[in-house]
Amino acid sequence: MKGTAVKTTGRIAIDFERCKACELCVPACLQNCIEMGYGINRQGYAAAVFARPGDCTGCAICAESCPDVCIRVWR
Amino acid sequence: MKGGEKGTFTKQVFSRPGSLVDVRTHFCPGCHHGIAHRILAEAIDHFNLREKTIGVACVGCSVFLYDYIDVDIAEAPHGRAPAVATGVKRAQPDRFVFTYQGDGDLAAIGTSEIIHAANRGENITVLFINNTTYGMTGGQMAPTTMLGQKTATTPYGREFRNDGYPIRMAELLATLEGTAYCARVATSTPGQIRKAKEAVRKAFEMQIREMGFSLVEFLSTCPTNWGMKPLDAQKRVLGEMSEYFPLGVYKERRQADFA
Amino acid sequence: MRRVLPRRLHPRVAMRSPTAGIPRELMKGNEAICVGAIAAGCRFYYGYPITPQNDIPEYMSAHLPPIGGTFLQAESEIATINFLLGTSASGKRVMTSSSGPGISLMQEGISYMAGSELPAVIVNISRSGPGLGGIAPSQGDYFQAVKCGGHGGYRIPVLAPHSVQEMYSLTMLAFDLADKYRNPALILGDAIIGQMKEPFVPTPYVRGVPPEKPWALTGCAGRPRQNVKSLYLKDNEIEVHNWKLHRKYRRMQEEEVRCEPYRMEGAGIVVVAFGTAARVSKTAIQWARGEGLPVGMLRPITLFPFPSKEVDEAAGTADVVLVIEMNTGQMLEDVRISTRHHDKIRFLGKPCAIPTPEEIHQEIRRLAGEIGVKAGNAR
Repeated sequence: MKGTAVKTTGRIAIDFERCKACELCVPACLQNCIEMGYGINRQGYAAAVFARPGDCTGCAICAESCPDVCIRVWR
Repeated sequence: MKGGEKGTFTKQVFSRPGSLVDVRTHFCPGCHHGIAHRILAEAIDHFNLREKTIGVACVGCSVFLYDYIDVDIAEAPHGRAPAVATGVKRAQPDRFVFTYQGDGDLAAIGTSEIIHAANRGENITVLFINNTTYGMTGGQMAPTTMLGQKTATTPYGREFRNDGYPIRMAELLATLEGTAYCARVATSTPGQIRKAKEAVRKAFEMQIREMGFSLVEFLSTCPTNWGMKPLDAQKRVLGEMSEYFPLGVYKERRQADFA
Repeated sequence: MRRVLPRRLHPRVAMRSPTAGIPRELMKGNEAICVGAIAAGCRFYYGYPITPQNDIPEYMSAHLPPIGGTFLQAESEIATINFLLGTSASGKRVMTSSSGPGISLMQEGISYMAGSELPAVIVNISRSGPGLGGIAPSQGDYFQAVKCGGHGGYRIPVLAPHSVQEMYSLTMLAFDLADKYRNPALILGDAIIGQMKEPFVPTPYVRGVPPEKPWALTGCAGRPRQNVKSLYLKDNEIEVHNWKLHRKYRRMQEEEVRCEPYRMEGAGIVVVAFGTAARVSKTAIQWARGEGLPVGMLRPITLFPFPSKEVDEAAGTADVVLVIEMNTGQMLEDVRISTRHHDKIRFLGKPCAIPTPEEIHQEIRRLAGEIGVKAGNAR
């Protein structure tokens, strides 16, 4: 079952205020870690959130896909 | 957290490149300009060129290049960036000079300037962002608009009898002797993004080694003017656009003509 | 026979005049411009072929490379002016030349350079127009040069040589004015002055402005990035910028007016003419003065800034102001704007052709008759 079997090897941080809710990061994450959130930022967008940190491998594909460079990645 | 705790993931493997100014951009959500700007900044940092780079901004959504890339930048009239870049490079041959242009800018009003800069083998690098429309002005037909595509000035869809066929600039410029490197890439999948980065680095190398003119065409989305969500717009790039504008390297010089 | 080899470097032709004793050059006006540009330190020239100024790119293509300069023939005048923009933004002195139709194509670039505050020298060796026109000389590009040929309402200093000597010296001045005001500057010649050969003295260039250009785009080593642009979108920015440019043009009007008074002592008839028209007028005035007619000339050397004060003063004391132009009346409007004495203004126009000294002499005599002065009566 996802969330418990995979070994977490990474962590990301999404810049809440910079996100424009384009949703490109959601399918980019192969482990389904990212979801669109409900909180609205100052630009008026419902920013993406790091919903399932336990599955993150630190592959940085989400960060590469983000046009606004909102995501930082650590391993 | 299974497998690790907070604080053990300390090696940052992805961050904003130094040459990309830390500021909110005006681009629409999902616009690939943001990805192209980042790839450009990463390449400038990779070759350590920031302090000797002069960029030439054109007219279009990319007009604010000087707010986003931390290098000296000159503003060119619509379509004239390759000519302005020629003027800069001839005056300062030891600097790194690039232009960043859209499809209306490069393939419509600027066709003469880009063809002749390539033909002269000017040692400049051109990033060409092709989203099949004039984005900034509200989505009018561009030379790269596809047949049947509805735009602000082709409300019934582009018809070849009236407006001709979409123009393939990468193939056209690859036929010129002065072109050292010419490639078409996209940034709609992670694999494509990686190849795009390689192409831009290759293009930069061509200028650094004074091999001639280099161009990288980016197939890009314009979700707002296409009337699509960003993810659906990407599907259009992967489908219809990639079929007509195939990705790949169209020319790569192995050596310069002169010693 | 078409010349296929590059033109050989122009031999120095020293002419020793018994009266002057100074070595002089004998060259076409077009070539004298090139000598002046090189003397002023210009090492970048971009151009496109168009009659009647091809001597200029041809001379520069032969003379710049041996001294480490750069010559590039562009694919169009549009490309040319944008090459200028890039090289000027890099902080270098740069020049181009063309004729009316090519200058029309350059207007967009000139507007951008005026808005971005970039210096450069642009030479217009006028031919006939409008449209393809012809290659006969004319002064039909006065409006295009002086009244802001492009969009947005900028001004550029315009210099009007009337001899090969001035083609040389005014070119050097144009570079200094362009750098001093960070503005494009234009030299308005015509096909005749461009093509004729005259001796001139290549006086040494004395730099009138400091050479440093801290605003140039040279790469941001050791300083924050800077840019060269004419786009101002924030609230009120563009209005402020336009007033700033306007203040610059006012300074030009206060400090840079140049004109030549010619035999103005007691002149009841004042000719106002520039360029070739002024040159021919000098002959007619000499003849008329020989007959005792009180005629002189005010020759604007700067068409912008226009010598309005001088024209107004002359119109005040004269009986007739005769504007002579090789067009249907362009500088005429500036003469009218400069003075209240509209009733005194007369016009002799010769579009796309050179007036003869006889024609001008005839007109002077006729006007003298009108105001009641006969030939032979000294005033």
